[in-house]
Amino acid sequence: MKTKWKISPYLYILPAFILLFAFRLIPITMSFIVSFFEWGLKGSGSFIGLANYQKILQDDIFWKSMLNTLWYVILVVPASVIVSLLFAVLLNQIKRLSGFFRTIYFLPYVTSLVAVSIVWKIIFNEQTGLANTFLNFIGIESQKWLSEPTGIFKIMFSSIGISIPEWMAGPSQALFAIVIMTVWKGLGYNTIIYLAGLQNIPKTYYEAAEVDGAGKLKQFFKLTVPLVSPTTFYVLVMTTIVSFQAFSQVYLMTDKGSPLNTTKLIVFYIYEKGFDTLEMGYASAVALILFVIILGLTIMQRRLEKHVNY
Amino acid sequence: MNESIRMTIIYTFLIIFGLFMVVPFVWMISTSLMNQAEFNKHDSVFVPKEEYHVWKSPAGDHKILLVQVENKEAVIHTLDKDNRIVDEYKRVPASEVRKVKKVPSLHWDNFTRAFKKVPFATYFANTLLVSFISLIGVLITSMLAAFAFGRMEFKGKDALFYLFLSMMMVPEPIYLISSYILLDKISWLDTYQALIIPWCVNIFTIFLFRQHFRSLPKELFESASLDGCSTFGMLWRLIIPLSKSVIATASVFSLIGSWNSFMWPLVMTNRPELRVLQVGLSYFNQEASTQTTLLMAASAFSILPILIIFFFAQKQIIASYAKAGLKD
Repeated sequence: MKTKWKISPYLYILPAFILLFAFRLIPITMSFIVSFFEWGLKGSGSFIGLANYQKILQDDIFWKSMLNTLWYVILVVPASVIVSLLFAVLLNQIKRLSGFFRTIYFLPYVTSLVAVSIVWKIIFNEQTGLANTFLNFIGIESQKWLSEPTGIFKIMFSSIGISIPEWMAGPSQALFAIVIMTVWKGLGYNTIIYLAGLQNIPKTYYEAAEVDGAGKLKQFFKLTVPLVSPTTFYVLVMTTIVSFQAFSQVYLMTDKGSPLNTTKLIVFYIYEKGFDTLEMGYASAVALILFVIILGLTIMQRRLEKHVNY
Repeated sequence: MNESIRMTIIYTFLIIFGLFMVVPFVWMISTSLMNQAEFNKHDSVFVPKEEYHVWKSPAGDHKILLVQVENKEAVIHTLDKDNRIVDEYKRVPASEVRKVKKVPSLHWDNFTRAFKKVPFATYFANTLLVSFISLIGVLITSMLAAFAFGRMEFKGKDALFYLFLSMMMVPEPIYLISSYILLDKISWLDTYQALIIPWCVNIFTIFLFRQHFRSLPKELFESASLDGCSTFGMLWRLIIPLSKSVIATASVFSLIGSWNSFMWPLVMTNRPELRVLQVGLSYFNQEASTQTTLLMAASAFSILPILIIFFFAQKQIIASYAKAGLKD
């Protein structure tokens, strides 16, 4: 009996291990190695040391993509967190139709990003799109959305007659359109996570607050927000990590990161370098930089996780 | 504040948010049923309607296209029921021409036209094949590995488990290019196995099953080993019936994940016969970018299976996501 158990555990793990070894561990390691090569489509090129990384430092489009990605993350993450917390708090107050609303909110999350990207591309069409129909309905003039390279802050301020300098213009309206779509797509998931978090808060806390005469708003800020902070932290980190990997939206809603590269996000740039211009070594180097960023975020999450639990 | 006023405000907000979430889908479906020319006119935003002229000739009514009216005479093209021109530049008395106000008309033919342009049935079959084979693969590899990790003691167990977990932290875009190089080296590019085999393992699912196996009572395993069950037989006969809910959860994640996966099949396949639904749809998006109604029909078709599954099992699916999110 004992000898049998010594061998068999490894046999049980073997199928998973072989697949992970061949299709995760080897590619991950290779990606590191390839980044030191000049690597074309067919076969390896020559070893060029850190040359790819040096080239990245001087690559304007890389920095543009990085900046776009940062803007994208900065806009998507807080919007997702705030709106989904709001959804969840409202949903948590009602009894009737709660399941119905949950289903509706969750719908975009399970549908394919490809299909909804196409739908939103049509929604943001300048002439026939629903977005401009809505804006016209509430008395705002049509926007160019996905073909508008002008910064979103500049557009907002100029609509109320204030002109702001170029460095404050912010991400393009085209990227902003993609942000709206992405937030919409992910809200349902975050709301469900928040609802689970809210249901863990004992009802007695609120009853005590009620007795003390705290209003609903005060209860929200003094009780709910601090008590769901572990959930907030989870949603925050997960949304950030996922946002750094956005690809399909750019691929489907824009023409290669148009207009003027203002919607080119970093994973799309990796794809473009790897499979359009076939600079696979260079693309791997960019991928590795992204990996370092995501790894940093993951480690930060593990470290901080212990401090945010109440 | 009065309780009923408070509830009214809450429901109002929930309905407004709900509209924001659901209107894109409603618009997708209504546009997918519109006539392209009517859509471009942008008169009716949600209801597919049609506006046309009729020539009330002595012989009967004809659907026509009005070219112009001059001196009480109308120049028209007569149309057949599929809106094809039958008779060109016919001159008739203007008094016999009437405009038919918008009547609702649903263009189901958008779906058949989209299907004629692109072999969506093939894409659909490919997606089904890839999704189901990788689901079976994921369930087998995950349950076996999770059983060892959750219920057995062996050397290097923790180290192996952490190795697995750390691989889960590396997102797909990081190893996409090197995977392409690897699959090229073993001549797997443009094959079904490139779409299936690498996705027959899922670390998160291993983790889910491991948690579940650890929660099962110890006595179960002990009594089974006294009965002389082999460990594999035990897994098969005892554990699977007790793991139905986790199997369901894992299946939902796996199926939705592979149904919607895009970047990998986009990169790893090139032959049209091998395209999965998402890749086929993205090519259609490039080819038919001006044919809005057909694009909407194709998009609607591609999310239909997931929508149907979701509506039948929405409670379980939402609960699965909630549970899995919190376990992490």
